[in-house]
Amino acid sequence: MNNFTYFRATDANSAVNLLAANSTQGAAARFLAGGTNLVDLMREGIETAHALVDITRTPLANVHQLPDGGLRMGALVRNSHLAAHPLIREKYPLLSQAILHGASAQLRNMATTGGNIMQRTRCYYFYDTASRCNKRAPGSGCDAMEGLNRIHAILGTSPQCIATHPSDMCVALAALDATVNVTGPAGERSLPFSEVHRLPGNTPEIDTNLKPGELITSIDLPASTAGLSSVYRKVRDRASYAFALVSVGAAIKIDNGTIQQIHLALGGVAHKPWRATIAEQLLCGADATSENFAKAAEAELAPAIPRRGNAFKIELAKRTIVAVLSELTANEGARQ
Amino acid sequence: MNILRKVVETFAHVMPDRDRDELIQRHRFLGQPISRLDGRAKVTGAAHFSAEYPVQGLVHAAIAYSTISKGTIVTIDTSAAEQAPGVLSVITHLNAPQMKVPPPFSVGDSPSSGTTLVKILNTDRISWNGQPVAVVVADTPEQAEHAASLIHPVYAAEPGLNSFEESIPHAKQPKEIMGEAPEVKKGSADVILKDSIHRVDLTFTTPPYNHNAIELHAAIAIWDGNDKLTLYDTSQFTAGTAASIAGVFGLKTENVRVISPFVGGGFGGKGGLWPYTQLCVLAASIMGRPVRLTPSRAGVFRIVGGRTPSQQRVAIAAEPSGKFAAFIHEGVTAQSTDNHFPEQFSFPPRHLYAMDSYRIAQKVTEVNRVANTFMRAPGESIGTFAVESAIDALAYELNLDPVELRMRNEPDRDPVSGNEFSSRYLREAYTMGADKFGWKNRPAAVGSQRDGDWLIGQGTATGTYPVYRMVTAARLRINADGTAHVQTSCQEMGMGTQTVQTQHAAERLALPMEKVKFEYGDSTLPAASVAGGSSQTISVALAVHEAADNVIKELLSLAQKDSESALAGAKFDDIHAAKEGLFRRDHPHLGQTYVAILKHAGKDFVEAEHKTGAPLETMKYSMHSYAAQFCEVRVHRLSGEVRVSRWVGAFDCGRILNPKTAVSQFRGGIIMGIGMALTEETMFDDRTGRIMNPTLAEYHVPVQADVPHIDIVYTDIADPHTPLGAHGVGEIGITGVAAAIANAIYHATSKRITSLPITLDKLM
Repeated sequence: MNNFTYFRATDANSAVNLLAANSTQGAAARFLAGGTNLVDLMREGIETAHALVDITRTPLANVHQLPDGGLRMGALVRNSHLAAHPLIREKYPLLSQAILHGASAQLRNMATTGGNIMQRTRCYYFYDTASRCNKRAPGSGCDAMEGLNRIHAILGTSPQCIATHPSDMCVALAALDATVNVTGPAGERSLPFSEVHRLPGNTPEIDTNLKPGELITSIDLPASTAGLSSVYRKVRDRASYAFALVSVGAAIKIDNGTIQQIHLALGGVAHKPWRATIAEQLLCGADATSENFAKAAEAELAPAIPRRGNAFKIELAKRTIVAVLSELTANEGARQ
Repeated sequence: MNILRKVVETFAHVMPDRDRDELIQRHRFLGQPISRLDGRAKVTGAAHFSAEYPVQGLVHAAIAYSTISKGTIVTIDTSAAEQAPGVLSVITHLNAPQMKVPPPFSVGDSPSSGTTLVKILNTDRISWNGQPVAVVVADTPEQAEHAASLIHPVYAAEPGLNSFEESIPHAKQPKEIMGEAPEVKKGSADVILKDSIHRVDLTFTTPPYNHNAIELHAAIAIWDGNDKLTLYDTSQFTAGTAASIAGVFGLKTENVRVISPFVGGGFGGKGGLWPYTQLCVLAASIMGRPVRLTPSRAGVFRIVGGRTPSQQRVAIAAEPSGKFAAFIHEGVTAQSTDNHFPEQFSFPPRHLYAMDSYRIAQKVTEVNRVANTFMRAPGESIGTFAVESAIDALAYELNLDPVELRMRNEPDRDPVSGNEFSSRYLREAYTMGADKFGWKNRPAAVGSQRDGDWLIGQGTATGTYPVYRMVTAARLRINADGTAHVQTSCQEMGMGTQTVQTQHAAERLALPMEKVKFEYGDSTLPAASVAGGSSQTISVALAVHEAADNVIKELLSLAQKDSESALAGAKFDDIHAAKEGLFRRDHPHLGQTYVAILKHAGKDFVEAEHKTGAPLETMKYSMHSYAAQFCEVRVHRLSGEVRVSRWVGAFDCGRILNPKTAVSQFRGGIIMGIGMALTEETMFDDRTGRIMNPTLAEYHVPVQADVPHIDIVYTDIADPHTPLGAHGVGEIGITGVAAAIANAIYHATSKRITSLPITLDKLM
């Protein structure tokens, strides 16, 4: 870890100003929230920020209802608080479930909503400064491509990078049509969740569409996805405290056996939380049958490109999608 | 087998057995579930682990590790590190003084704990990816780590033999394996197998595993002048570390004091001298002040070896009755280019089953990896996975219950040596375990139990581990105030050493436990052997027993100088320790307390130091512990996820000295076995020989949620040929675990998985 200057911001504006004032071309400062990923990256010599702006004292830690029936979650709400929040549990249980499937209780106590969105890939080669990695050192090559890639991406990959986004929470936010509110040197703006994270393309070093100096202040959930039946299913190598090999978050509304509304997202398969839009389009308005689920899963995974170690993920993702949707259908049936 | 060994074995067979220890029958303290005496100190932080000793003027060292597996350092630019904040010194092969290479690990009269023949920091040659190339000393650990990260040598890399698989064609038979022949055979097993109707022939693979004790390796070195050294080092073998470090730096062994009372988990990973210790001492020598070196978790992966990978074939031919007609177990493990440790995976079948003909053989290859080392039940853990999986497969082939098949092949004598068993109650363990588990309710058919999407199965496997006893010295003193003081250099690594040894000494001397002080973990005390091979408890117990006998004889002769003593005229055999003193066996009220004897004699204390003899009994008898492992698993039919839902371990390990600490050991072994079976694997990138998951986030040890309730039962039948009738219990717990799980998975899914770890993709 190199030496850095530590600043403490009192509100979002001062945080943005402090960051701007301490960032120069090629020597960025970083916002520090829970630090559960950033500090690790600094210790490993992957992140070399020369200045940190601590935002944990800014007033961004509330959850409150929006006039339209949606919900606004401050960027600094701790993951454990968010998962336990009565409004989240009541209206968006998918989010609560997804968060509780992530990390460990200790990490969730520290980690924040905004920080969870901003966490970086867990690719072995990204974490090892002795390895080649286009994300860590652009243009250096990708040692994962022909290396140990059992945990790597199958969808939306590029010849430059097959890393995955590690978050569980973000899979739920993607499925639930969240909006991310940011503030920055050019003022405030909002991004649909699907536009926050990027596919690697030729610039895998850029994880998100946030502009330099922008700070996530809150995340909104719309009324339209509140109260849906939902399931978050995470498949991983041990029962707890492991990243997803594949995860599926789904929220659904079924009327008389017909799917009225479906929100489906995958984790562990791509460089971003993967909104399964192909499957959704096939299923919306269709009968809730396992044949249709299988067809939709097949279509969603059709573009998947396996590497030597991760071909199993394609079948695993399909099976898990079908299983989750079948479970939801059964739950809906039981409710009606 | 060499001639000397043959002679000793012959001698061992004609030697009379040691007298049966009367303490085998006593249970005032022994056999009681006494809580750890050091428990409070540990949970309150009062117990100091190696890195925690407060030392004045301490500075900190960090290691820079090679990033190639083979080649030569061409240049090493240390200027950036030298200019980094807080840096006091940068040491590389260019400026490090010459050190001797410690001799390989040995527990004999010349103990040594060398792990590699690589000349650490005295060579420009690289032999493994992770080999130390520089040491940085700085004011703080963070400054040292940062400066070390700035050192990037220029290498002339050569292609290393990094891949175990690619090395297998080059495998050779080693000369010996822990003194045993690498190959034993009888009859024509291969021919019988070919002609047999009932047979299995399976090939198994196990991956490399790494040590992940909760306490990272750590050392603090403090020189006193240039010829005396105090070393706090997290060591399972203070005597070996002291002797080796003395050799490396040209010191007298008695001038090196290694202090290591508390070890935060060893499991074999702290038995050898790993480079950090030597480099810490080196740095302290160069700095002329105390230095601490605590490698990071990743650093421990790079410089501390783990369990070898293996490829094993087990082929068994059976008669229709199930009786084994031919048994073949052969395979290959890996060691590094610079150590010699062919892990003894072929030992279990040498002692487990009656076999008419057999061929049991193992080979070893060399790879450019960090030297492999002991890891809980080296050999037996991976060996039982292969053997006990194959036997399970054979049971289905024969349509026999897996327990019944094993019982039909219980041997009368050791199948290879022909020796009598000292104590073998595997049958009883199976009966107890099967009863506790409810084995009789298990449907014989595979794939016949289901709960929603979860397929359920039950499996069993035999575990086994040898009884080792090591030559050990102890000193015992009885003071004028009636307290006792026992000293030996042995270790506490979480297994309850202090507690059990205090129980023993108190029982032996008929003192309350509060009056016994047990001192350990210091190489200047009488030398104990390595805390390994599940040998420490009985090895120390025998040394204390024999020292106590000498002290009692001395006390008796003191008492007899007093003609009025109730002990006057009594011989050693006429008396015993009772009621905090010595009393006549035939007149239990006649005797004297230790206080009275010493007061009359005008002495402050009586003391004896004793070193035990060689473990000849292990040559005369076939001495082993046994386990019957039973488990239930649930396998998700779609995802292939495996959850272990129930466990019963039934153990035959002689007499259990402390149920509380022993059961904890059994459970710990089983949990480690669950990790070995399902989740753990060191991932080497064979292109570079580099470990890519050197972190607890990606090297998956089991978490609480992976561990079911574990029931433990045990025979508690004393072995008449071991001290206190006990066996070690540290390693037996992990043996048989991976096979029991694989067998339960087969029962649930009809899929026979022969490669560990059994990750979900193998079951999809």
